[in-house]
Amino acid sequence: MTQALSGEELVQRIEDVLPQAAPEFTTDGVLVRKEALPEVMCFLKETPGLDFDYLVSITGVDYQDYLEVVYHLVSLQHNHSLVVKTRCDRESPVIPSVVSLWRGADFQEREIYDLLGIKFEGHPDLRRLLLWEGFPGHPLRKDWSPPEEAPTSSEENN
Amino acid sequence: MEVGRPYSSLELDREEGRTVEELKARSQSPLPEPELPPEVEKNVLVTSLDRFVSWSRHFSVWPVTFGLACCAIEMICTSASRWDIARFGMEVFRASPRQADLMIVAGTLTWKMAPALKQVYEQMPEPKWVVAMGSCAISGGTFADSYSVVPGVNRIVPVDIYIPGCPPRPEALLHGLIMLREKVKREAPIKLPRLELLIQLVRHMVGGKRR
Repeated sequence: MTQALSGEELVQRIEDVLPQAAPEFTTDGVLVRKEALPEVMCFLKETPGLDFDYLVSITGVDYQDYLEVVYHLVSLQHNHSLVVKTRCDRESPVIPSVVSLWRGADFQEREIYDLLGIKFEGHPDLRRLLLWEGFPGHPLRKDWSPPEEAPTSSEENN
Repeated sequence: MEVGRPYSSLELDREEGRTVEELKARSQSPLPEPELPPEVEKNVLVTSLDRFVSWSRHFSVWPVTFGLACCAIEMICTSASRWDIARFGMEVFRASPRQADLMIVAGTLTWKMAPALKQVYEQMPEPKWVVAMGSCAISGGTFADSYSVVPGVNRIVPVDIYIPGCPPRPEALLHGLIMLREKVKREAPIKLPRLELLIQLVRHMVGGKRR
């Protein structure tokens, strides 16, 4: 079973090396400032003893006041895991990309861009993934509503 | 897009987006059911040769593989040994639409997939039939009000048999296919585009006689 690393301990370690990241302990992981995200991720991946060589998933969340991106990291070498989170505001949602560290982030960042509209700075090919080019807006945002269209057949029947 | 010029994947995406938007705008209501106007019904004889051809045709309706979601798993089960679709001469699921005359739309159709479905349907040679399998294919199902799901494949292609269920069990699919066989056996092999042509022809002939 993969062992979840203690967030409190890692907050301390990140604080020592990268104070500008201002890491905070949340219930299940580490919350860092988005400006320092590439350095923090590089530190977590490269440091012997941590070796987070595998990015399991990236999740985007709309908390209405801000947008949050959640990274699930695993080290296959040491069989331990960690959750890293970062936040950005809704009006100018930009977060540094981690594709240069983990190639697997490519499609996941594209999906989050597609559905939540978060722009990943440094992504090699940031395009919509699931919806088509020209789709109005980003539908997983809480304030998104479909554009006015002709009523569908189910509405006509009701 | 200009011809003979290298294009970026973003341009390809925009092209695809235009295709989707155009198809979506054209597909806001279900396609009309084929209907025979009285002047055609009174003037066209369906010959015994037609019936013989239809009868022989219904023994081997070959489906094209079109599994889109969980319904596809039930469709695959139906073709395996336990339910054995081979009993109806249908075991050859074709990977090429050119060799198929039935399309079992098994699963949720999204707007992004819709142009592909239409293209595969158009590539199938006539006569051809379509089965809408499961709630999603019939009406969009749970996702009917979604921003990305087509509320019923009958907006994209004409449907012959609707099989309800979420997903329908193999028995239900087999029942639907048996009904389709009956339809193939009885129906004159004329589908909507050719039917419209025939209606025009008959109207022209009837009008000509009256004059």
